[in-house]
Amino acid sequence: MGYEAVIGVETHVELATRSKMFCGCPNGFGAEPNSSICPVCLGLPGALPVPNARAIEATVSLGLALGAEVAPHSVFHRKNYFYADLPKNYQISQFDLPLCRGGHLDVEAEGGTRRVGLTRIHLEEDTGKSTHLGASGRIRAAEAVLLDFNRSGVPLMEVVSEPDLRSPEEARAFAAELRAVILALGISEARLEEGQMRFDANVSVRPEGGSGLGTKVEIKNMNSLRSLQRALAFEAERQTGLLSAGGEVEQETRHWDEAAGCTRAGRSKEESSDYRYFPEPDLVPVALEAALLDRLREALPELPAQRRARYAALGLDAGAARLVAEGDGYGPLLDAAVAAGADPRQGANWLTGEVTAHLRRLGITLADAPLTGAHLGELHGLVAAGRLSATAAKEVLAGVLEGEGTPAEVAARRDLIQISDETVLEAAVAEVLAAHPAEVERLRAGEQRLIGFLVGKVMQVTGGKADPRRVSEAVRRAAG
Amino acid sequence: MSGDPADLTIAEAAAALRSGALSAADLLAAVRRRAGATEAQLHAYLTLDVEGAERAAEAADAALSRGEDPGPLAGIPLAIKDNMCTRGIETTSGSRLLAGYRPPYDATVVGRLRAAGAVIVGKTNLDEFAMGSSTENSAYGPTRNPWDPDRVPGGSSGGSAAAVAVGSALGALGSDTGGSIRQPAALCGIVGLKPTYGLVSRYGLVAFASSLDQIGPFARTVEDAATLFEAICGHDPSDATSYRGVPPVVRPTLEAGPEGLRVGVIAELAGEGNEPAVLAAFGRTLEALEVAGAEVREVSLPSIPYALDAYYLIAPAECSANLARFDGVRYGRRLPGDTVEQMMAATRRDGFGPEVTRRILLGTYALSAGYYEAFYGRAQQVRTLVIEDFARAYGRVDVLVCPTSPTTAFAIGERTEDPLAMYLADVCTIPSNLVGGPGISLPVGRDGAGLPIGFQVLAPPLGEAVLLRAARAVEVLAGFAARPALATSEAR
Ligand SMILES: [Zn+2]
Repeated sequence: MGYEAVIGVETHVELATRSKMFCGCPNGFGAEPNSSICPVCLGLPGALPVPNARAIEATVSLGLALGAEVAPHSVFHRKNYFYADLPKNYQISQFDLPLCRGGHLDVEAEGGTRRVGLTRIHLEEDTGKSTHLGASGRIRAAEAVLLDFNRSGVPLMEVVSEPDLRSPEEARAFAAELRAVILALGISEARLEEGQMRFDANVSVRPEGGSGLGTKVEIKNMNSLRSLQRALAFEAERQTGLLSAGGEVEQETRHWDEAAGCTRAGRSKEESSDYRYFPEPDLVPVALEAALLDRLREALPELPAQRRARYAALGLDAGAARLVAEGDGYGPLLDAAVAAGADPRQGANWLTGEVTAHLRRLGITLADAPLTGAHLGELHGLVAAGRLSATAAKEVLAGVLEGEGTPAEVAARRDLIQISDETVLEAAVAEVLAAHPAEVERLRAGEQRLIGFLVGKVMQVTGGKADPRRVSEAVRRAAG
Repeated sequence: MSGDPADLTIAEAAAALRSGALSAADLLAAVRRRAGATEAQLHAYLTLDVEGAERAAEAADAALSRGEDPGPLAGIPLAIKDNMCTRGIETTSGSRLLAGYRPPYDATVVGRLRAAGAVIVGKTNLDEFAMGSSTENSAYGPTRNPWDPDRVPGGSSGGSAAAVAVGSALGALGSDTGGSIRQPAALCGIVGLKPTYGLVSRYGLVAFASSLDQIGPFARTVEDAATLFEAICGHDPSDATSYRGVPPVVRPTLEAGPEGLRVGVIAELAGEGNEPAVLAAFGRTLEALEVAGAEVREVSLPSIPYALDAYYLIAPAECSANLARFDGVRYGRRLPGDTVEQMMAATRRDGFGPEVTRRILLGTYALSAGYYEAFYGRAQQVRTLVIEDFARAYGRVDVLVCPTSPTTAFAIGERTEDPLAMYLADVCTIPSNLVGGPGISLPVGRDGAGLPIGFQVLAPPLGEAVLLRAARAVEVLAGFAARPALATSEAR
């Protein structure tokens, strides 16, 4: 009997606000340990939280982008548990009245599009970071714990999906699409390697095509798209193995061990937590006014799916459309290039080909490169006018990316401009034809391969700066 | 000038400072002498800020000598309950856990008093984390009542009340979660005001129960209480529950008198359960009000009997989370343990006194899965009923009145073994914390043993103007002028 997986994903996203969720400390990565802290995010006696309006707006924006219902009144709750890097020993989070409920995200899956429902999107504060020192590096055997509270109080958005995903690949595609939406909204940098986006998942398996739900297992601690997919694949396999052998799946929380490539059962003590949620009395309910929602709705940017569809309609193939739609800064650059007169397909080819390759060689990102849409428009104009060959255009792009100036400046400096002056071209052709009367006669008699010979001669005369296509046309015209 | 400056009201002292009859330095010295003479018996203070107070007094004198008007509190010696953060000055909240803890910042109220030129004499004793009604739950030993050192000053702000009563401060700040300003004011024979929830910032107040905590003043007169209230109230962007509007204006109507004032006597709190002497003094005050032109009528608030129960679920629930941060990880006392968890557990077990531990356990239980609806959820429903009851009553009367405390000051040790008897000390004061409206206690008489009796006035939220007008009228009618034995003792 075949089994299929039933998967729901919980995604935690650190929002890219200037300050933390409930205090004025800077929200940044990489500062000296315990340098971005204050009485509030350190949980000092008497300190009180004040909610960050930008973080609330960012969360609502994601909800609006994904078709969620935004709550007119939303409440922060205290989630109580003791942990050394949780300064107040409770986390300000949300419980039964989250900022957003419902909504969905369409994911391109094997055999079509999968609409993945969202349960909720809520906002909470991140914890500090513990570093366990000791021989084994394991928590239980640690000899000392170092605490860094810079991350404490960073706004953390949680997106909870319905169990609508059917394979580890789909789950990965969901996470990738969600990340693309978040990047398009500009609400988080969503850098996985810096823990700005982290995943937990619920997974169960059931006989293929079934409608019931098996016993679910919660997997924690997945910090990349790859580990999400690997962990789910391992877990689905493990559960399938258990059921196939006539065994049972135990409802539990398991932790993904990236190094070992397997999930492990957590300590039972950790799972039996009763978080004793109750409404945070230091805060008043969040009331979102209709005018604010209208403003946020109007400010929504084009989403990745819409952008991909638009590029497909412009003639880009699916792969190029995805690359441009999701590459950081590619979409806006292509849009600017098209506005400046570039051909969409040509522009996309440059971006996904030469530009990407050269950025990699230079070790910089598009944001750091001096390339603009106007440059691409200008480059297209030079090619279309026959003043640059396709090969020379790539060289010009490299020059622009290296900061040598506009395409025209680079082409001039690198001596790449083709002869486009018709009279110069005509003169060169006439000179070559006059010097080779016999070949001209044979061509006229039908020996077509001599066109190549004559074009070559013209290229020689012009020092390789003529457009071979136009030379060829001129030779035909003159000899015809 | 005649008499001891420590016995002046804030208004009198401010006038004397302005006229040049008294310097802030001399006033501080007088208050210090009074503290020196009484502290060994009273133990009102936990910490004295000797240098800071001297600097503030010098600054006030300098401003006055330059002919500036540095405000009504300039040079006035005040005391601060030790659950309000003072930058660089030990703030213990009456707990062993915070022994030696020096906050890196001033509570908003402390900052406002400093900005008004006040001289902060020191930090006063309290029941640990403001949980108690007698100041016997302090980890640093009890405060005693200046009227009779064998008796409690009330609590939890007992240190502030005792200091103001005896003259080791001209005014003080306390915090009131279930009566912790008004009840000690009553037991110490002074004025104690709990403002409307949200009118005074809680930023920097070590939290007990966030939805009930409110900072307010102690003084010897209603006018002085109004002056302190004016100095500390107003929106604070650091407190998300802080009221955003303009605070009530109280001074123009302060002397408007009782005529035409509609006074409702809370039937459920003004009869049985009060000591006869308390009832007698209360009744005399009502008669005087009536004679002076107030309309006095009885008002029933049927939800009141349940208010105490609701309070003892909501307050412990909030405290169980608020006190979770005291774990020895980042500040305060720390006991060793083999693991972080063991360290936290040992620190908390050792650090919290029995009453605080009892309330943390109560609150943790009330919030637990399976019990939340029956306890915390139900308590919130009762709170809503109490709020509605009061709102209905305020449709018919301007203020509500009842005794502040059913008894006068009780003996030290009398109730420490019986938490329920202790909890009843706050039966008259708790409802207004649930409602959020302001309340004030002022002395109106003494019992057979010479102990002061408090009269409580309550008003709807933001009703400070009518509250203080009524209180001032009662103050005039009652003519209470007695001072505690310790304050007047020549044997000092
Ligand atoms: Zn902070």
